Amino acid sequence: MINSLFIVNTSCDILLEKHYKSVIHRSICDYFFEIQKKVDNPEDVLPVIQTPHHYLINIYHNSLYLIAVTLNETPPLMVIEILHRIVQTFVEYFGECSDSTIKENLVIVFEILDEVLDNGFPLTMELNVLQDLIKPPNFLRSIRNQVTGETNHSEVLPTGQLSNVPWRRAGVKYTNNDVYFDVIEEIDAIIDKQGATVSAEIQGYINCCCKLSGMPDLTMNLMNPRILDDVSFHPCVRFKRWENERVLSFVPPDGNFRLLSYHIGSQSMVAIPVYVRHNIVLKNGSNGRLELTVGPKQSMGKMLEEVIVEMNMPKPVQNCNLVASQGKYSFEPSTKVLQWNIGKIELGKPPTIKGTMSINGNAELESPPINVKFRINQLAVSGLKVNRLDVFSENFRCFKGVKYVTKAGKFQVRT
Amino acid sequence: MTDSKYFTTTKKGEIFELKTELNSDKKEKKREAVKKVIASMTVGKDVSALFPDVVNCMQTDNVELKKLVYLYLMNYAKSQPDLAIMAVNTFVKDCEDPNPLIRALAVRTMGCIRVDKITEYLCEPLRKCMKDEDPYVRKTAAVCVAKLHDINPTLVEDQGFVELLNDLLSDSNPMVVANAVAAITEINESRPMVRINLQTVNKLLTALNECTEWGQVFILDALANYEPKDEREAQNICERISPRLAHANAAVVLSTVKVLMKLINLLPENSDFITQLIKKLAPPMVTLLSAEPEIQYVALRNINLIVQKRPEVLKQEMKVFFVKYNDPIYVKMEKLDIMIRLAQQNNISQVLSELKEYAAEVDVDFVRKAVRAIGRCAIKVEQSSEKCVATLLDLIQTKVNYVVQEAVVVIKDIFRKYPNRYENIISNLCENLDTLDEPEARASMIWIIGEYAERIDNADELLESFVEGFHDENTQVQLQLLTAVVKLFLKRPTDTQQLVQRVLSLATQDSDNPDLRDRGYIYWRLLSADPGAAKEVVLAEKPLISEETDLLEPSLLNQLVCHIGSLASVYHKPPTSFIDATRQPLRAAPVNATNDSKTPATSQTPQHQPQSTVIPSQDNLIADLLSLDLTAPAAPSYQQPQAAIPGLDDLLGGFDMGATTNTAASLGGIGLNAPLPNPGAPPALDIFGGFGNESNNTFGFQQPPTSASNVSNGYVAPKELWLDASKGKGLQIEGTFARRNGTIFMEMVFTNKVMQPLSDFAVQFNTNSFGLTPTGPINVDAILPNQSANVEVSCRTNGEARKTDPLTSLQHKYAWKFLFN
Repeated sequence: MINSLFIVNTSCDILLEKHYKSVIHRSICDYFFEIQKKVDNPEDVLPVIQTPHHYLINIYHNSLYLIAVTLNETPPLMVIEILHRIVQTFVEYFGECSDSTIKENLVIVFEILDEVLDNGFPLTMELNVLQDLIKPPNFLRSIRNQVTGETNHSEVLPTGQLSNVPWRRAGVKYTNNDVYFDVIEEIDAIIDKQGATVSAEIQGYINCCCKLSGMPDLTMNLMNPRILDDVSFHPCVRFKRWENERVLSFVPPDGNFRLLSYHIGSQSMVAIPVYVRHNIVLKNGSNGRLELTVGPKQSMGKMLEEVIVEMNMPKPVQNCNLVASQGKYSFEPSTKVLQWNIGKIELGKPPTIKGTMSINGNAELESPPINVKFRINQLAVSGLKVNRLDVFSENFRCFKGVKYVTKAGKFQVRT
Repeated sequence: MTDSKYFTTTKKGEIFELKTELNSDKKEKKREAVKKVIASMTVGKDVSALFPDVVNCMQTDNVELKKLVYLYLMNYAKSQPDLAIMAVNTFVKDCEDPNPLIRALAVRTMGCIRVDKITEYLCEPLRKCMKDEDPYVRKTAAVCVAKLHDINPTLVEDQGFVELLNDLLSDSNPMVVANAVAAITEINESRPMVRINLQTVNKLLTALNECTEWGQVFILDALANYEPKDEREAQNICERISPRLAHANAAVVLSTVKVLMKLINLLPENSDFITQLIKKLAPPMVTLLSAEPEIQYVALRNINLIVQKRPEVLKQEMKVFFVKYNDPIYVKMEKLDIMIRLAQQNNISQVLSELKEYAAEVDVDFVRKAVRAIGRCAIKVEQSSEKCVATLLDLIQTKVNYVVQEAVVVIKDIFRKYPNRYENIISNLCENLDTLDEPEARASMIWIIGEYAERIDNADELLESFVEGFHDENTQVQLQLLTAVVKLFLKRPTDTQQLVQRVLSLATQDSDNPDLRDRGYIYWRLLSADPGAAKEVVLAEKPLISEETDLLEPSLLNQLVCHIGSLASVYHKPPTSFIDATRQPLRAAPVNATNDSKTPATSQTPQHQPQSTVIPSQDNLIADLLSLDLTAPAAPSYQQPQAAIPGLDDLLGGFDMGATTNTAASLGGIGLNAPLPNPGAPPALDIFGGFGNESNNTFGFQQPPTSASNVSNGYVAPKELWLDASKGKGLQIEGTFARRNGTIFMEMVFTNKVMQPLSDFAVQFNTNSFGLTPTGPINVDAILPNQSANVEVSCRTNGEARKTDPLTSLQHKYAWKFLFN
């Protein structure tokens, strides 16, 4: 299993090392740095790297790499999942997982790392339990600790560790009980030059923010569960009931968690809510032309919001001189990113942007693909709807809410 | 209030200051001081000098302080073993603390302190903890057994911990079961001690539903090693684990896929159950592709195996493998591979238009691979070849340098697959002759010119222009050029005699490259002895290249499919190479930590020498010179073994390149490129002819077996320095190989360059591709200072032969073990 863990940043500094078995010298990271220096983008480092005696399994997050070193055959996916989970834990504890937060919280980070793994095996990975063991830092608590001499460490074993609901802590109390669900759907699509769909998928999630006292047992009925043919559940969901009755029944963890994620694949029709018409010519010295029109398509009466169009221009493009009928555009000469921030699109008035671009050299350039971001509130594009939610085994009134949103995932239009 | 404050101490006497603070009476101050110590430790500063002071803080009721001290102990106990004993009492006491958290913490920490003396004290508390009433303690203790086993395996066996661990498999708490499984898996890896039987399988299947996601991975991996005895049992396991496919954790999903893929083999083909199961497999794997890129990568590598084994699983899912321009490059490359594997007649037009799109992207490596992929589509789906060739021609028109070069390389393959169909495009290719600057593209172009010399009017001029710069070309190009000119000569003998003369003399007289020289000689002799035979050899009908040159060898594939989700499956290498290769050298290292400085060679042990049986033990090791290279140091080679196979079968084809792999071309020279120091001279052939016949017929074409055994004294290369005295602890070895009366002898001269007598020599060979093993021990008693002894070891070739990469295996690697008094 995981032998050692290193956290390094993009400028090849080792922020932290933690060894779960015998110590592996930090020079092992040199193999990693060597590869890191060769790639163009920091996220292009191969996740599994072989060195003469070790394997380096790494993930990239927010300008940091977490590198797990292993000596022998270990399921790499498990290591990657563990690393991602550690990142999530840091995000929950410190607000974000970055170079500076790690450095600022070095001791807590070290304590967390000691708690999550033992001998390289996962020990305490459930966030709820971990937060019971090591309290997240906050200002009020540190003042109180100063005064009372208490610590951020629990003196007793958290109950969640061993119950058959290891993800939930016991004895949770709220004065107001509420539970919110967010149904989020992201459309991943590739649209070709002519506007036809090459591939389109929906990646959907139901996230939950649960603030309920005691040990509530929830059941959620969906209006049309049949459309979810490929679902992954949080461990709390009772799979048998889903298989037999298509009902989601679960005892939720406390706080934020992802109840399920689903995937609606290329087999089914996916509605594309936006179109982009484009006319781009990049040639002839200073006479590049660009014209884009963005408009709604089958958006089911809902408005497109937060629409952003992005293009990574080829290197010879020097500058852009464009006029947008709506929103603002910016061109970053160093990164060559053209970004057009449109905002809301009203029905019947498709916004356009047009103008010229100055280009070095005479060669005709391939025009880059267009990346589109948007958001449609109150709509799940797949048609998924939550029918009802019941709370059992606890006697309180609670507020229940469901929100739907459709977003662009990796939405690309080829030109 | 952040932890960065722990780094700001006064400039001088940092350690001293910490020392005073650690010994302070105030709890608060103590804790802050320990935190400072830990902070320094995490960034790699040496704070081991504070050991006694930190350990003094250990006896406390404060859990945080205790944890911090434990953290410190784990790091530094090894450097101060004597002082670490001080901590033992506290550990033993903590193991009986009423608070289970403390008990578990103590047992956990003790296992991490890798000091022999401490492990002895650990046994009793550990035994108690394994039967603790609190499952949290039991589960921690289970892992501790694995830790202990890593430090001292015999202790674990003697003390009966394995049996205790086995008992934990039937624990009432699923978390304990999962950890016991994990510990057993790790112990089994070094030495299989616990076998999983039917009874435990049932327990594991029950625990599977209740334990954490990580426990599920361990249990599933353990189930993958279990062989059900009949169909019914296999089907039952499949049914019970298939719900795991809907788990949010990618590792659980992939481990489930592994078990299912393995069990499917045991079920009758084409049964309804299998069709159902295969239907279930596709969606979760597609879902993995929408996870983080790192997960996608591992998933894609495994999907690559699954589609080779069972293409029907994902045949409908082509679109999910389409590349998005902001995918990381490693994901792009893998997706492309799978697209080609899934390409079929019904989706080929879609695939082609995608590939054409990719060929216009910015990333050079990716573009190259996309162009290659177009060629592979043409070879794989015959109906599409027309379209593919048209697409390639379009791409050549773009004049983008690297695109053109790749296109030329794949067009050569297309010619080999569909002879006499697309030769009309040769003129288009010739237009781009000047822009080709990469060896592979040049070599391919030259091959095309040579192969179709009769249809290209100015073939002789074109080749002549290449011959101008013969010396500056890469070997690959030189070899092709040589062959192409010979082909040209055989097709148009009248006006090209001069050219062929020139090339032959360039290749044989002016070149240092043995491959080239020997191929030149062969052509020369062929041409001068019997031009008719030369025609038959050189212009022979070439076998059509196969559709799937890159498929894994079936036996390896079957093996890997049973190891889905492992590192082996990511690298597509046999699983055994992982266990041994990584373990051996590292195993040796900690045990012999004190000897490390004396054994410089061990640190350079190439990784693919795992099966060396020389494991130095602590008392008698003086010099352990694993992997002594006789010739140039071989870079550790991880080439997949199957690359060698077509080349070996088709050695003559090798003269003619044509085959798609470079190896085939370079193999042509193997028989002549000897490991001996002076390989160029023709007589060297004999000795290798002999070698080959007795091993695995690698070079069988050179000498019929009868004549080989009659050769009594072949060419013997002069002795060469194999081991320098400075590296061999004063022992110098010079040696060579000779064969007399059909037996191979290793002749060596040992020279003692130290002031003490050396004795007790022994020799052992690593498994090599000739199966060469010594027949007897070294018959030398003792060598006095500054004296030499002639040593002769007779060898046989019927030992275990392991096919290694042919080029590196010629550079024999031997493990030497010398025992001195």
